[in-house]
Amino acid sequence: MPEALLEIQHLVTEFDTDEGVVRAIDDVSFTARAGETLGIVGESGCGKSVTALSIMRLLPQPMGKIVGGRILFNGRDLTNLPLPEMEKIRGAQISMVFQEPMTALNPVHTIGRQITEVLLLHKAITAQQAIQEAVRILDRVGIPSPDIRMGEYPHQLSGGMRQRVVIAIALACEPALLIADEPTTALDVTIQAQILELIKELQADLGMSVILITHDLGVIAETCDDVVVMYAGKVAEKGTVFDLFDHPSHPYTQGLLASIPRLDTVPKARLSVIDGMVPGLLDLPAGCRFENRCPRREPRCALATPPAEPVSPSHEVSCYRWAE
Amino acid sequence: MPDALPETIPATVAEKNPEQPSAQQPKGHAGADQTKLLKVRDLKMHFPVKAGILLRASKSNKAVDGVSFDIAAGETLGLVGESGCGKSTLGRAVARLYEPTAGSIEFAGENIAHLSARALKPYRQHIQMIFQDPMESLNSRHTVGEIIEEPFIVQQLGDAAWRHKRVLELLDIVGLPARSLTRYPFEFSGGQRQRIGIARSIALNPRLIICDEPVSALDVSIQSQILNLLIDLQQEFNLSYLFIAHDLAVVKHISDRIAIMYLGKIVETGASEEIYRNARHPYTQSLIAAIPIPDPHHKVQRQLLVGDVPSPINPPSGCTFHPRCPQAVARCKVDIPRLTAPLADKTHLVSCHLLD
Ligand SMILES: Nc1ncnc2c1ncn2[C@@H]1O[C@H](COP(=O)(O)OP(=O)(O)OP(=O)(O)O)[C@@H](O)[C@H]1O
Ligand SMILES: Nc1ncnc2c1ncn2[C@@H]1O[C@H](COP(=O)(O)OP(=O)(O)OP(=O)(O)O)[C@@H](O)[C@H]1O
Ligand code: SF4
Ligand SMILES: [Mg+2]
Ligand SMILES: [Mg+2]
Repeated sequence: MPEALLEIQHLVTEFDTDEGVVRAIDDVSFTARAGETLGIVGESGCGKSVTALSIMRLLPQPMGKIVGGRILFNGRDLTNLPLPEMEKIRGAQISMVFQEPMTALNPVHTIGRQITEVLLLHKAITAQQAIQEAVRILDRVGIPSPDIRMGEYPHQLSGGMRQRVVIAIALACEPALLIADEPTTALDVTIQAQILELIKELQADLGMSVILITHDLGVIAETCDDVVVMYAGKVAEKGTVFDLFDHPSHPYTQGLLASIPRLDTVPKARLSVIDGMVPGLLDLPAGCRFENRCPRREPRCALATPPAEPVSPSHEVSCYRWAE
Repeated sequence: MPDALPETIPATVAEKNPEQPSAQQPKGHAGADQTKLLKVRDLKMHFPVKAGILLRASKSNKAVDGVSFDIAAGETLGLVGESGCGKSTLGRAVARLYEPTAGSIEFAGENIAHLSARALKPYRQHIQMIFQDPMESLNSRHTVGEIIEEPFIVQQLGDAAWRHKRVLELLDIVGLPARSLTRYPFEFSGGQRQRIGIARSIALNPRLIICDEPVSALDVSIQSQILNLLIDLQQEFNLSYLFIAHDLAVVKHISDRIAIMYLGKIVETGASEEIYRNARHPYTQSLIAAIPIPDPHHKVQRQLLVGDVPSPINPPSGCTFHPRCPQAVARCKVDIPRLTAPLADKTHLVSCHLLD
């Protein structure tokens, strides 16, 4: 098994809001291995993006803070790194791609300027070398006539092209870890397939690790080695992609897998559903966070948080009843 | 559900009558031989594009460019295609939120394509829309009760007590608690807001609902709740749906038939199962191949489409798919293919030179 590149241990992240302190991430632990792809799935609001922003130390200030746990990157704890140190890591060793490419690009600067800026910031090269390098990277991510595109502005590109540019910028310094937060959600399936293929190719070329955040179980199945299933700020279950799809052990994961329409199911057949809704972060239950929707709940589930238990050496689940 | 709603349109007949002669209709799949509630013929919706220094409308955006299809009572036609191909525009034109540039929209036997606002009024209640983001279509300053009641007021139906009773019934039908009545849309989750939108859209007992990406913004576990609700409502009230989405798995699940759109035109259409198992248009094939399969054992080497969807303002010559088509031949650049029935299943239509 490849060695750990990023180890998140008991991470707790909170926000100060008008209505009180919101604990968006509560005791989350997982490991991303060198050269592999780790997927994070879960319902809207379960804490996927906040996890990513915590790793990058890009939580909105002053409301958001990491209040517990460690984020070890190559053995160094990022949570207490001085900001200048963190800025050196960001973009050079860990890069992030956001869901909406337009927000990641500066509308008033050319594509070329935005890539060369990153290169000049992190590499000891001349402006001329940076331009050559930028053209090479744009070509690598599949932008046709990259030398012409260098002089264009983001609005002149299609959504798929923009996301390629964002990826080009993220990869400019050949980071060891790429965090991609819903990189294809805003794109069409044929373009999504192109972008995911591109990430896979680049990963193989550069030997980089990827953390892929998505709500699409199809994308997870096709691209990830390991998967973390999050629910209401906690890890419900984690394991290899085969553990999760072949032996889903948390009732939430089971419900999720059963509720997706598949191309080969009988049309208009009733889909299985998970009734009810995710609890709000301001009124979280004392026990298992899935309790109010869980078809298998029993009285003790409401009393205390179920601990993470090993299903196999590679597979962990937080549910009292997984083995029954 | 309906109490005393006025019937302004004669009921379409023989939906469930197997004896009804239907010789002129091709046979093949459930729902196809029945009376058509909606017949759209050669529909065009072109938007003027302002260009040049004088901003004169010199060009046009052919968002919908000659589309024909039918929907029977109780039937769902799924409409899939990439962003910008004209799905929403087609839906809005059918709902007569736009007046189409050309073509006909026959609803229950009457061509409503060019009716005036006044002449349209009786039809409005029978054709409703559900949108992707219910927040945009729900007035956030009104309570849920007021929002659902509004269609009755617009159509001047019933008194306050009757309307109140109907609103409670509607909430119950879509699975929302009665106490939602006095709440505001922002107090609800995305899935619940979609239920509010659905309650409002079925209030006037419509025949046809245009569902424009109704579950695209929802979580997987909530999507299935809404899809089940739509299927239940269809069966209970014999509703017809034009179901627009870009997720082919969702569309296939809810639709009897599917139409695939590319750059303003339908390139392939047929029964859902037929399209999925026997797609013949290279675009449909690529679309199906691009869907990620939620099974890690299923590893595919997929044929990726190159390039992006071209602009409908300057569409490519010939077959508009030819620049991205992995199977294009010389004539694809020149000749415009027509939607024909080249296969044994005569309800399966394809627009591709390779099948001529
Ligand atoms: N700036 C903030 N202030 C207060 N709460 C916040 C803030 N940012 C996020 N949260 C809360 O933290 C929780 C986790 O949010 P996060 O954005 O990580 O969800 P997510 O899993 O990425 O969801 P999605 O799939 O919708 O992107 C949410 O309940 C959200 O309301
Ligand atoms: N009201 C309008 N005025 C001018 N052009 C429009 C208008 N509505 C849509 N268009 C254009 O018509 C074309 C088709 O747009 P439409 O919204 O119908 O696509 P769509 O298939 O629904 O896409 P999506 O999947 O992104 O919702 C696009 O080029 C769009 O810019
Ligand atoms: S701990 Fe109880 S409520 Fe939570 S998932 Fe397991 S069975 Fe369900
Ligand atoms: Mg997010
Ligand atoms: Mg649309």
